[in-house]
Amino acid sequence: MELNQYLEMFIEESKEHLQSCSDNLLELEKNPNDLAIVNEIFRSAHTLKGMSATMGYEDLADLTHKMENVLDAIRNEKIHVDAEILDVVFESVDHLEEMVMNIADGGDGKKDVSQTVAKLKRIESGESIQQESAPSETAASEAAATTTALDNALQLEYDDFEKTVLLQSTEQGFNAFEISVTLNDGCLLKAARVYMVFDILEKNGDVVKSSPTVDKLEEEQFDQDFKVALISQTDAEELRSKIMKVSEVDNVAITQISKDLFVQSALGESEASVESAVDEGPIAAQVEVKKEETNQKTASAKHAASKTIRVSIERLDILMNLFEELVIDRGRLQSIATEVNHSELNETVERMSRTMGDLQNIVLTMRMIPIETVFNRFPKMVRTLSRDLKKKINLEIIGAETELDRTVIDEIGDPLVHLIRNSVDHGIESPEVRRANGKPEEGNVTLRAYHSGNYVFIEIEDDGAGINRERVLKKAISKGIVTKESALSLSDKQINELILASGFSTAEVISDISGRGVGLDVVKTTIESLGGNISIESTEGVGSIFSIQLPLTLSIISVMLVEIELEIYAIPLSSIIETSIIKNSDILNAHNQKVIDFRGKVVPLIFLDEIFNVPRSENDADEYHSVVIVRKGDKLAGLVVDTFIGQQEIVLKSLGNYLTNIFAISGATILGNGKVALIVDCNALMK
Amino acid sequence: MTAVEQEYLKVIVFQLADKEYAIPVSNVQGIEKLMHITRVPKTPAFVKGVINLRGVVTPLIDLRERFGIPVSNNEETTRIIIITLEEMEVGFIVDSANDVLDIPVNAIEAQPEVVGSNEEDFISGVAKLENRLLILLHLDKVLNP
Repeated sequence: MELNQYLEMFIEESKEHLQSCSDNLLELEKNPNDLAIVNEIFRSAHTLKGMSATMGYEDLADLTHKMENVLDAIRNEKIHVDAEILDVVFESVDHLEEMVMNIADGGDGKKDVSQTVAKLKRIESGESIQQESAPSETAASEAAATTTALDNALQLEYDDFEKTVLLQSTEQGFNAFEISVTLNDGCLLKAARVYMVFDILEKNGDVVKSSPTVDKLEEEQFDQDFKVALISQTDAEELRSKIMKVSEVDNVAITQISKDLFVQSALGESEASVESAVDEGPIAAQVEVKKEETNQKTASAKHAASKTIRVSIERLDILMNLFEELVIDRGRLQSIATEVNHSELNETVERMSRTMGDLQNIVLTMRMIPIETVFNRFPKMVRTLSRDLKKKINLEIIGAETELDRTVIDEIGDPLVHLIRNSVDHGIESPEVRRANGKPEEGNVTLRAYHSGNYVFIEIEDDGAGINRERVLKKAISKGIVTKESALSLSDKQINELILASGFSTAEVISDISGRGVGLDVVKTTIESLGGNISIESTEGVGSIFSIQLPLTLSIISVMLVEIELEIYAIPLSSIIETSIIKNSDILNAHNQKVIDFRGKVVPLIFLDEIFNVPRSENDADEYHSVVIVRKGDKLAGLVVDTFIGQQEIVLKSLGNYLTNIFAISGATILGNGKVALIVDCNALMK
Repeated sequence: MTAVEQEYLKVIVFQLADKEYAIPVSNVQGIEKLMHITRVPKTPAFVKGVINLRGVVTPLIDLRERFGIPVSNNEETTRIIIITLEEMEVGFIVDSANDVLDIPVNAIEAQPEVVGSNEEDFISGVAKLENRLLILLHLDKVLNP
């Protein structure tokens, strides 16, 4: 069988399932009694096992199988969830992730996981992880389990949990069916047929139970028929015809499970346990509500799934490139139309420009990805970090659905890792210190993302120690980052931001989590290279907020085109505050620096022709100067140019791999006339 | 007579002042006429600027300037040879590009000890062909100072 074509899909889906496993595991850690979550994890693990076995990744399937066994035991309340068990399960998920990544990189997904497997086995057999296993007993109990399973064959019996689930779902208007499927006598690939039937069933509802068990079905340990209990909104006839479409299925019999069956027994039992279970009441209710929620969630997810298609990123990139070409041509058409000045041509070009604007919005939003794809690795990271550091930390994520262009998403991951590590390591104090300071032992780190205007804001907030400004200043002066004199005039915010300067590290002890003093200035550089900026607010003893502002996209930006002699430069609109014309007499001198008084503020002037060494043909001292006022953080500067040309949407192009790190130039673009114009990097002009 | 299997190196031949130079065809993407160049400030003098090569912004190196040969005025024959090397795409400004040749590999000799000009650092070898002397460029050294 040609598996290559499925490989990509397999990798994608495996990643999704593993992600859902770790998400749910974290959830389970918070609510160790919520069996609905265990079910979710079990389902993901189970699908993963099936997929990897089909694709021939034995190690992957094997480890998932072992993990599944443990989950099954938890589900059946044979094992009680504790931190030790979760650690091992987390460890297995980590191994699984590594294997999948290995497969994605073209490897064979093999990995020695015998230690983890041994641990899983010990948990499964109910022993403490440290102890050696006693295999004889396990074998015996397993054998016993097999016999009972055989006895139960072809006869669905429901335990309390399943009864409750069935009862609940019928009350909510779902149908509960018992479906018995008979396969053809000559059926060769029974497991495959079973898989196809289950696939159909799972698309139409939730499988509550099957007989023989799913494991046995997959191992073809059954004759020709099997039974399944299903909760579904689809009616019986439709289900029947769908299942019959699977080849080699001989017969499908569907019976509605009569309410009385489980209502009676469930009621009987609940009556019996009512008195004893008064205290447990609220908890049980909670569990059920959760279950309900997940049901609704899956229902809505399915609903949404039918309306989307998967498109490879490559194709979207091609679309984007083609659209960029169009943007350049539009610029060209516009300049031709202005030259020709033909009314009909003008009208058409204008209409085309409007349509292109709409098209641009759509193309750009199509490439948007929820920031979730970056955020979802953080809960596990914070968990591991807090265990390593012996701190108690609760990570809250808000606005994970906020969408950003893929180009930005690709770059933002590492800076965020640095910042979160920083908050966990330096921000949040140890439980002892927190208690001494009258704070709750558990520290909070909040990761928040939201849109505002043409920007996306990402904030990392912690309720830790905050920044000790005196210590920061002392350190910065000793490292020569600021002088003693200039330190006096710094605002609180500027002092906070000193920790982003290169060569700065306040942690007395260098840990491998953060604190080599390279992290934060790399963060700052990366964010600025993305056209964004970072600021810090902090109150000592209360906590800090690191706030990142990022542009929505990096590929098409609005600029102001300006002319200096014969050269055209583009200044990003995002850093422009306004433009103005000043007279020679407005220019003042302060310490060899020409400045102007701009709305009561002293703004330094930067003569772009000097900065860029523009060759001047003649020296006509003009009495008026065109000035573009730009901003970086709360600093202003005036860029002096010859003339303003106007505002335009341009496609950002890199200068290639040969010309890198050119002072004050962040890239280039192609103008309507086919010439290249350079984009001014305002951040570099203001230090 | 038996046809002796001989290895050839296909090169693009171009002219700078009075000398002929060669670059392997495998490194050459195309040859363009001179077009509008946008100057890039704060770059070495031999970087003339960037051009729009069918939508790709491509930097240009003036080889005369790079080799310390006095710069001539642009003439009709001036060409831009677009070369690629390890993900880099760069254009060389040359006096003229006029030939594609197959050089027998055994005609290539190591760089002579005494060349006596500034470009000696950029030469990987010389090839003698009848009455022509072709200088093979060491692209890595031309691009990376």
